Amino acid sequence: MAGVILAVDDSASMRQMVNFTLKGAGYEVVQAVDGLEALEYARCHSVDLVLTDVNMPRMDGITLVKELRALPSYRYTPMLMLTTESSQDRKMQGKQAGATGWIIKPFNPEQLLATIARVL
Amino acid sequence: MSLDLEMEEIHKIFFEESFEGLDAMESGLLNLDVNADRETIATIFRAAHSIKGGAATFGFIEVSNFTHGVETLLDEMRNGARPVTPDAIQLLLQSVDGLREMVRAVQAKRPVDAKRTAHLSDEVARLLARHGSRDLAAAPGAAASDGPAGTAPRAAGAPDAAPEFLRGGPGWVIEFHPHHDMLKTNNEPLRMFAELERLGALNATADLGELPPLSGLQPDGCYLRWRLELAGAVEKRQIEEVFDWVDANCAIQYRFFAGGEAPAPLAAGPVALPAGATAAPAAPPAAAAPSSAAPKGGGDAGSIRVSTTKVDHLINLVGELVITQSMLSRFADGCSADELEKLRDGLTQLTRNTRELQESVMQIRMLPISFAFNRFPRLVHDLSRKLGKKVELSLSGEGTELDKTVLEKIADPLVHLVRNALDHGLEQPEVRLAAGKSETGTIELAAFHEGGNIIIEVKDDGSGLNKAKILQRARERGLVAADAELSDEQIHNLIFAAGFSTADVVSDVSGRGVGMDVVRRNIQDLGGVVQISSVHGQGSTIRIRLPLTLAILDGQLVRIGAETYVISLVAIVETIQVRKDRLNAVPGGAELFRLRDEYIPVVRLYEMFGVEPDSRAIEDGLLVVVEAEGRRFGVLVDDLLAQQQVVIKSLDTNYRQVAGVAGATILGDGTVALIVDVPGLVQVFHRSVGSRGMLAA
Repeated sequence: MAGVILAVDDSASMRQMVNFTLKGAGYEVVQAVDGLEALEYARCHSVDLVLTDVNMPRMDGITLVKELRALPSYRYTPMLMLTTESSQDRKMQGKQAGATGWIIKPFNPEQLLATIARVL
Repeated sequence: MSLDLEMEEIHKIFFEESFEGLDAMESGLLNLDVNADRETIATIFRAAHSIKGGAATFGFIEVSNFTHGVETLLDEMRNGARPVTPDAIQLLLQSVDGLREMVRAVQAKRPVDAKRTAHLSDEVARLLARHGSRDLAAAPGAAASDGPAGTAPRAAGAPDAAPEFLRGGPGWVIEFHPHHDMLKTNNEPLRMFAELERLGALNATADLGELPPLSGLQPDGCYLRWRLELAGAVEKRQIEEVFDWVDANCAIQYRFFAGGEAPAPLAAGPVALPAGATAAPAAPPAAAAPSSAAPKGGGDAGSIRVSTTKVDHLINLVGELVITQSMLSRFADGCSADELEKLRDGLTQLTRNTRELQESVMQIRMLPISFAFNRFPRLVHDLSRKLGKKVELSLSGEGTELDKTVLEKIADPLVHLVRNALDHGLEQPEVRLAAGKSETGTIELAAFHEGGNIIIEVKDDGSGLNKAKILQRARERGLVAADAELSDEQIHNLIFAAGFSTADVVSDVSGRGVGMDVVRRNIQDLGGVVQISSVHGQGSTIRIRLPLTLAILDGQLVRIGAETYVISLVAIVETIQVRKDRLNAVPGGAELFRLRDEYIPVVRLYEMFGVEPDSRAIEDGLLVVVEAEGRRFGVLVDDLLAQQQVVIKSLDTNYRQVAGVAGATILGDGTVALIVDVPGLVQVFHRSVGSRGMLAA
């Protein structure tokens, strides 16, 4: 099933990789370089899923999820965090902010698609 | 695009951003030397974190493994668990160097230097071990989540009766009790069940016991509890994965039935669940997340990457447009009166438009000089350590923009000048104290605009140039006649002579006498000028003047006979009419002209270029006084024409290099005009005159 995915990462190569993988699977992808840009985009557009990195300048992924969840139109939007940190408290922080789940980096394209298929 | 090609492209981006990240780490680390603020550490951490993540994703395991240790160090610093010591900074700087080398190796598809990497890894591990630190052993590749703490214990294989659904085969009974708020994170039980169904046949029973009366029901609350029976020899890990995201939002219990037992009735009543499962896990420290206001290192202002060839093409096109415009404007002179007015208006607009277009296109190529300046904090840090000198580096005007090509070509000369200032200019602390100066020397790097040019200054407050020593050395080498009288400026300029060095000891930093001549050559190639001013005992200033761009030149058109030439306005000092009695012929065929109290050689351009002038008599023409390499001379032309910007077309690529000619341009009437290479002209002239006496003149 296709849908619009907002991919947020400060690293251009990660964004490209995510973009390439998701587009190949028929999703529409919107990219943002940090939480703030993503939030600004999300405020005036609708997206079906948010895929965000955690560590970013200006606004990190956890704050982004928190801010988005506070918006009425994003109360039930799936939000996944890309994280290299397998540590539990990072994940919990994300969960508390309202993230649906996470994908542990490194991941390969199949893993990314499989995870997204779980929520879209 | 094929997958391989696409991956190749993505890798390219990864390498570029890794180098940028490493630069950001380096400049951040150098800043830590001064003050260890959280923002800087967070920026450095993020850069390392991104490199690790990207490297792991793209399969550059050596890079990601090594970065893992560095990242852990930085993470501890970020969380305040580790002090920021000079030793740690030094090690991190070395790690940045090591990583840069590794990324270069990976990029060039050659093996990384395993020995160096292992050595650095050991150092990092040693430092990590020194303070009680957490996992370094856990390789980032093996990022599997281990059993989360603070959630319901999983009772596997409890000796219980298997439900009927499992029909004696192996299977799981899962008691799944979501918290009321589970749906708020968009974790939909139905989707999880769909996941489970992929693993085996599933029988789900909902327990409605918790359902509140309608009045107390929140529409987005989750009030159902489930008992799930999953048939099949499924690994527990697979089931846990399904519930991984909701671990904290539910209580869950797994029971495994190996099969063979008699079917038992469904367990009635609520399953006893540990009370702890409801409590939220320990609240994470709110400060752990990096602040969102972190400034971007290295002045990243939402830039785009454009290939230089594309931009060059655009610039060429705009150049053509400029030519068309000037071609059109010629028609304005010969039209009927009312038509003329309109044509003029239109042309005025075209002129403005083309100028604006040209400027904005040029802007694409412009980069802030910080790209060249950024390397100096590290260079000065390392070099001053090595030389045992105390140095303070101050940078100003880092935002000044100049053409990318100019920027790239000026970087090396600048490094040379800064090294020189540090090595030869600044004195040892004790010498400085004895001379009544402060112990710490200063080197200032400044960039600014001045009249359509960029000025870059390298200034030190060191010992300055020793004129006597320079003169003595120059005489020893026969660069100057023993009896020649030289001005201060001429003496200072001697340090630009090839093979010239006054360093008593050749250090591995500088002093081999190669370099200053190359520095000057490079700057001249860019159409720039370099000047030195120095006061013995107080320091030296090297001033570089560069054109904003190499594509366009502010030129003075001059006429010799039927030919038009362009002389760069920057090189022109003045233009005068000459009285014959001020001209003196000297042996060797040269002519000297007395300009106020200075004698300057006269270059008859028509002789050099082999064209027929209006008149050979000097009083009929005009003498354009130009300056290059600190020397003035007069160029004899028939007439001065307009001043205008010309688009430089390379002669090298279209024809071949010609001595005394820097390039060509196309004028408004479509004819080609050659651009006179003023510094080149000096050399051609001296070669043809070949007089030693002239050199000192």
